Amino acid sequence: MRITVNGEAREVGSQLLSEILVECGYRQTHFATALNGVFVHKHQRESTRVMPGDRIEVVTPNAGG
Amino acid sequence: MTRLELYGKSFESRILLGSARYPSPSKLAEAVQASSTEIVTVSLRREAGGSHAGEKFWNLIKSLDVAILPNTAGCYSAREAVTTAQMARELFQTDWIKLEVIGDSESLHPDTAGLVEAARILNDEGFKVFPYTTEDLVVAEKLLHAGCEVLMPWGSPIGTARGLNNEYGLRALRSRFETIPVIVDAGIGLPSHATRAMELGSDAVLLNTAVARAENPARMAEAFAEGIRAGRNAYLAGPMQPSDMPQTSTSLVDKADLRQ
Repeated sequence: MRITVNGEAREVGSQLLSEILVECGYRQTHFATALNGVFVHKHQRESTRVMPGDRIEVVTPNAGG
Repeated sequence: MTRLELYGKSFESRILLGSARYPSPSKLAEAVQASSTEIVTVSLRREAGGSHAGEKFWNLIKSLDVAILPNTAGCYSAREAVTTAQMARELFQTDWIKLEVIGDSESLHPDTAGLVEAARILNDEGFKVFPYTTEDLVVAEKLLHAGCEVLMPWGSPIGTARGLNNEYGLRALRSRFETIPVIVDAGIGLPSHATRAMELGSDAVLLNTAVARAENPARMAEAFAEGIRAGRNAYLAGPMQPSDMPQTSTSLVDKADLRQ
């Protein structure tokens, strides 16, 4: 199915958020996620089903003022 | 000197330092050390799969042994800011959040209605909210009513280095909310701006670019720390009131009569 990850269109085979993240190369552990603008706790990723057209955001620590 | 109390935590230093726009990670680390800050602000940004940039930055910040204050910079709605805060809590393992809800992309003016709305939601969820606001007394009252225990009025718009645009407003805020920590955030360009904020009775100053973009960030950080300490001391010392009438400091009593 076609979804958007961090603003980029992606074609993925998995349906669960945790599996999609691995498919997209997120093997590092320290990141946070949101699905369609709603925060998804790290323990909820394995039970969160992603639908075609959904937007996933993956963020990590960065510099800020 | 009395310590800075923020949400039950006590700090010696009254400077909060941003971590953005330094020439290098080592310059950031040097500036943090030179400023003696105990609180550093950070943000969240997108990262591509397989990248380790965020992890490297996080390891650097952890090595500085300071309290972390994540921000919601760049958020234009309460909903967006709330989601960002929730992600920040998981990532940085802190319930502190510097809440920014921006209302105008050119002036970066805070959306104070959105700010109050987000503050209410986040306080209900157990966050310790540091709201980036204006000097508006009514907004401040609403933020406190929403559960905030700190106020962070701007000096002037973000990144302008214009110093304090509204001293009267900051003084009014200080006197109206005498027991609430007030941290002047944004628009500070020089140590003298920070000193002035402290002379007015602010409890602390948050700054970033003025240090990060200086030719020598560590030296500028030290200058800010000294300026902030001087301003705090001056406030506690009780400054004399200005007068329109000149007055000699040396007494004229018993002055010798040297007329010829």
